[in-house]
Amino acid sequence: MPDATGLELTAHELREVEPEAILDTVFHRGRATLVAEPTHVKTVIGHLRSKGYTFLASLHGVDYYPEEPRLGVIYELLDMKRVDRISVKARLHTEAPAVASVVELFPGAEFPEREVYDMFGVEFEGHPDLRRILMPEDYEGFPQRRDFPVGGEPVLFTYNEEQNYGKWQ
Amino acid sequence: MSSLTEDYRRREESITIAHEPAGQGETHELLTLNIGPHHPATHGVLRLLATLEGEVVRDVKPIVGYVHTGIEKTCEDKAYWKVIPVVERMDYLSYYFNAMAFCGAVETLLGLEVPPRAQYLRVIHLELNRIMSHLVWLGTSALDLGAISMFWYCFRERETVLDLFEMSSGQRMHTRYIQVGGVIEDIPQGFAAKVRRFCKEMPRRADQYADLLEKNQIVVERLRGTGVVGEQELLSLGVTGPLLRATGNPWDLRKAHPYSSYDHFDFKIPVGTVGDNYDRFKVRHAEFYESTKIIEQALDGLPEGPFITPDRKIALPPRHELATSMEALIHHFKLVTEGFRVPPGEAYYPIESPRGELGCFVRADGSAKPARVHMRDPSFTNLQALAAMVRDGYIADLIATLAMLDPILGGIDR
Amino acid sequence: MEVRREPISDFRVRQLQAREMLRGELEGEELERYVEERVMTTTLDKAVAWARGNSFFPLTFGLACCAIEMMSIVAARLDIARFGFEAFRASPRQADLLILSGRVSIKMAPVIRRIYDQMLDPKWAISMGACCSSMGVFNNYALVPADKFMPIDVHVPGCPPRPEALAHGILRLRSKVLGDPPDGWRERYGAIGTEELLGEAEVTRSPDVSVFKAGDTAGA
Repeated sequence: MPDATGLELTAHELREVEPEAILDTVFHRGRATLVAEPTHVKTVIGHLRSKGYTFLASLHGVDYYPEEPRLGVIYELLDMKRVDRISVKARLHTEAPAVASVVELFPGAEFPEREVYDMFGVEFEGHPDLRRILMPEDYEGFPQRRDFPVGGEPVLFTYNEEQNYGKWQ
Repeated sequence: MSSLTEDYRRREESITIAHEPAGQGETHELLTLNIGPHHPATHGVLRLLATLEGEVVRDVKPIVGYVHTGIEKTCEDKAYWKVIPVVERMDYLSYYFNAMAFCGAVETLLGLEVPPRAQYLRVIHLELNRIMSHLVWLGTSALDLGAISMFWYCFRERETVLDLFEMSSGQRMHTRYIQVGGVIEDIPQGFAAKVRRFCKEMPRRADQYADLLEKNQIVVERLRGTGVVGEQELLSLGVTGPLLRATGNPWDLRKAHPYSSYDHFDFKIPVGTVGDNYDRFKVRHAEFYESTKIIEQALDGLPEGPFITPDRKIALPPRHELATSMEALIHHFKLVTEGFRVPPGEAYYPIESPRGELGCFVRADGSAKPARVHMRDPSFTNLQALAAMVRDGYIADLIATLAMLDPILGGIDR
Repeated sequence: MEVRREPISDFRVRQLQAREMLRGELEGEELERYVEERVMTTTLDKAVAWARGNSFFPLTFGLACCAIEMMSIVAARLDIARFGFEAFRASPRQADLLILSGRVSIKMAPVIRRIYDQMLDPKWAISMGACCSSMGVFNNYALVPADKFMPIDVHVPGCPPRPEALAHGILRLRSKVLGDPPDGWRERYGAIGTEELLGEAEVTRSPDVSVFKAGDTAGA
């Protein structure tokens, strides 16, 4: 992990390349996070990639309800030569959550971006094939958002379904 | 009669066994074949849409989601302690690894020190689980290739490993042995002796598997030279684990970024050269020997001490204390009803599972339930490499490559 | 001349019917009744049930973790080839036992229903594990209990059930098919009437089993 000073230097470099790209830096429990502006996420990641973070370990979404902006997309980058990890976070609102896709930089982001779209509803512009991956194609709703109910089914067995409360009728 | 023989011989002469797949340069119709989700050769419910030109696969599109269980959503509803059994059922062959990733992430957020004895016990069980996962992989892959009797040999070993798990935790699978702060219970008497006996037997058994398969003409012909992908392409796709090591890149998180005292042990990382299916097979086979070495070293150096963190706010106090100490009673009550609280923060904890980098992202918001648990599953990213591996190969190579890819649909679909 | 009609004995009736049958004179309903009475149907049914019950062809249908335990009942330690069920068939047309091993997600449920429909009668289904029987560990939006869309004969609890538990479930199914459903242990071991009741309730006891009076626990 880059330590706190390393993180600040990286953020400084990025601010020189693109002035409003980095909103914040967080260093907590040994983990370095750059909070990026959603419109500049691809530039940030491209720059980090050229600096050596050539491996995308993970791409996932988080719902920060009730804090606004509610949705977050987190990119975990790994530098294999120096064994360094850095995270980039982009916060999005729920109204029209869209961020540029990084599939051109990291082809391995295809499935994870589809999963974030499926679970949170974030649209990735430039993704070759953005559709649901885990839920059925015609499913409505984004399950992983905090206001989506956990759901569940009452337990019925074949032998006693007729005694149960009208479910089988 | 002789004219028939002549006819037959003449026809035989005209058959040429060329190594280039047919259809290159000629226009043939493309056929889309749906393989799965219920199919004897898939490892779990994986659906593949294969575009074929004759016998040659031109493209393959995996469709997943048939075992999607909403594990991550269920985790948000449960206390940290209760998340462990839920998360274990994700990648259902490497359950200790799932629990380890999650517990590691929570321990990072808490800033908790795991006692050395617990770390060594975790390593022993993790490596036993790695052996068990590779055994199931070998048995089912050989089954897919047609070497059906390997299945019984590998599952014989697997039963021994499951007996060891049952001895230490009471359950064969999904043992919830690894807890936040350590392990749930110390190993019983006789466990170490049994594990040592297993470790003495295992290299001999692994040699037996090698004897059966390694120089078999059919296995070599089916695996050598098929499914070749270069290292750079795999890295750009995010592939880790034995697939990456088969191309020659020795990336292993146990050596690169050691966790849970893996740096105390001396073991090698097997790597391949070409990156074809045969190399993947050999790499996983060699990991049997390395894991056995790690387990023996861990048993030899097992330190004394507590098996779970002494911090009573996180781990349950031992039963005998409840009779005498009031604080222990209160801690027990709080932990069982509400659970421990984790200060707000986010953590990503990656470990080396039998399939690659398994990472767990936990976001805590200060309450007793996690706000987000995401498991970065290796099979999910490795599956993206399948299309690159099987392009321009035969269908039979598709099956062999899928077997060597070792996908676990529970992890892919979560 | 007096025509004496004796009530025709049963044996004589059967003889006459046999003669008519051999001559090809029995037709329609009479013929059917003839065949029914002679071929010992109940024994034939039992023979068929015996054959069916001892030769299930399970379908290779593994969904999740329970599939690994299902694979280990085929393995050497607990060998279901002892019972004759090792012939796992991949095609649903050739299989008659569907062992649902693992969690059934909403995307997979129509696929399973279609596979179950493709199986030929008679067919049975075992729901292995807690997830398909009753939602299991994950009671959430993504899962469906198997009973919701297909009839299940035996539920095997466990997460995952031990191979012995699954074998027990398959053997229960076998005895169900064989026609003698295993009742509780009291019926099987002749222990009806050995219940010890509290209070002054009258308990009917079978005369040849000595039972303690209500409230009398001496010697228990």
